[in-house]
Amino acid sequence: MYEGAVQDLIDELGRLPGVGPKSAQRIAFHLLAAEGHEVKRLVDALTEVKLRVRFCELCGNVAEAERCRVCLDPRRSDEVICVVEEPKDVVAVERTREFRGRYHVLGGAINPMENIGPDDLRIKELLTRLADGAVKEVILAMDPNVEGEATATYLARLIGPIGITVSRLASGLPVGGDLEYADEVTLGRAFEGRRVVGG
Amino acid sequence: MFEGRRPAVGVDSRRSGHDVGEGWDNGPVPLYRDDAIVLRTHKLGEADRIVTFLTRENGKVRAVGKGVRRTSSRFGARLEPFMVVDVQLHVGRNLDTVTQVETVGPYARAICEDYGLYTAGAAMLEAADRLVEAEREPAVQQYWLLAGALRALSERHHDSGLVLDSYLLRAFSVAGWAPSFTDCARCGEPGPHRALNVAQGGAVCPRCRPPGSTAPAAETFVLLAALLAGEWDVADVSDARHRKEASGLVAAYSQYYLERTLRSLRMVERDTPAVPAPAIPAVPHKIPAIPREGEAI
Repeated sequence: MYEGAVQDLIDELGRLPGVGPKSAQRIAFHLLAAEGHEVKRLVDALTEVKLRVRFCELCGNVAEAERCRVCLDPRRSDEVICVVEEPKDVVAVERTREFRGRYHVLGGAINPMENIGPDDLRIKELLTRLADGAVKEVILAMDPNVEGEATATYLARLIGPIGITVSRLASGLPVGGDLEYADEVTLGRAFEGRRVVGG
Repeated sequence: MFEGRRPAVGVDSRRSGHDVGEGWDNGPVPLYRDDAIVLRTHKLGEADRIVTFLTRENGKVRAVGKGVRRTSSRFGARLEPFMVVDVQLHVGRNLDTVTQVETVGPYARAICEDYGLYTAGAAMLEAADRLVEAEREPAVQQYWLLAGALRALSERHHDSGLVLDSYLLRAFSVAGWAPSFTDCARCGEPGPHRALNVAQGGAVCPRCRPPGSTAPAAETFVLLAALLAGEWDVADVSDARHRKEASGLVAAYSQYYLERTLRSLRMVERDTPAVPAPAIPAVPHKIPAIPREGEAI
């Protein structure tokens, strides 16, 4: 246990996700040893992020204005919406450079054991966006785990009757891997989602 | 602490503390294998998960699945809730570590493809997690009951709400809180009776009936007894009204004996029965049979 400000800093750092007591102590002493201007840069960045960053009122992605840069981009298609769980998933899809539509961030996945139901996610906002008839396809890009699959099932059941095409990201073999090391669940899905390549 | 653990295949007996040919030992072992049901998972660090298992021989076990959130993980897909697996674990100081996993019952996919099944299954997993509270204490009957219930749910032989209610009643029975829906739960007077009191453990006769007891329909009593006994020919033809009443009583029973609400129960989506209900014959109360290996409930 340290005294006063040092212990306060360790306690605050220790509350961050993935930072244990030892890591918190290491970071605190790194900051103590650092130059004043370096620490100020960190403080400014933290203050700035809290002051300027908010969630896009349309899609729920992180933004520095009322709407995020994807929603403001006039070159992107309004006919396709990619639904993801978290803002970081938007970044993952953007890295592919394959998708030129809009996004909708749910803010999580349905998980009854964690008390997260459909009402706790931004599903109503998604349905509102679909109401004007401009959207032709919704791509469900939730995580390929139990909660993500269940959320996709729920959304497909909700959106399907509206007459909008609902698609789910394919599951299958990772590029660069060996077939023999694939687990039977992934390999089974790869077989199910196989596509014709010739003829 | 690790009594009765099955040594993993290929484990060096000298390192594990097992004499060659002995097979079982009370000494500490670095690796062990068990059949397990994945109850829940929590994210840990960058790409790991803490996985809570209900194992056949070692009861509830929490272990770290390293790197299982990466798409390149060799067994991440097998460590999802609802999966029944053959798992090899490395004994750790606080948490064990998953070293190998093989699929035994791949129920997750079938359950996730139907939202009603998913919500019912989640309530089952949460109930099992709560009922088997202590870690590393064998709960063999709870294991087989849950494995059978998940199999029944994934095969869609019965309505998901009925499977859930049947599982809950039987899981509570195994845990020592067996309800009675025919004989009086207090004095044992043969029924059927008209009143039900959750705190007394089920049906109560006119003499034992405490204030505040409910009076469900006679058909609801029959349905509850059928769910407890696994009489599916009776339960499957029950009326929607009685299913709803029965599920409310099962939820109240769960809350009373767990001393808290099962969070998943409020999200359970219950189907309306496709078949209109004919008259239901009376079913005598009997102790529920626990499904054997590979048997659905």
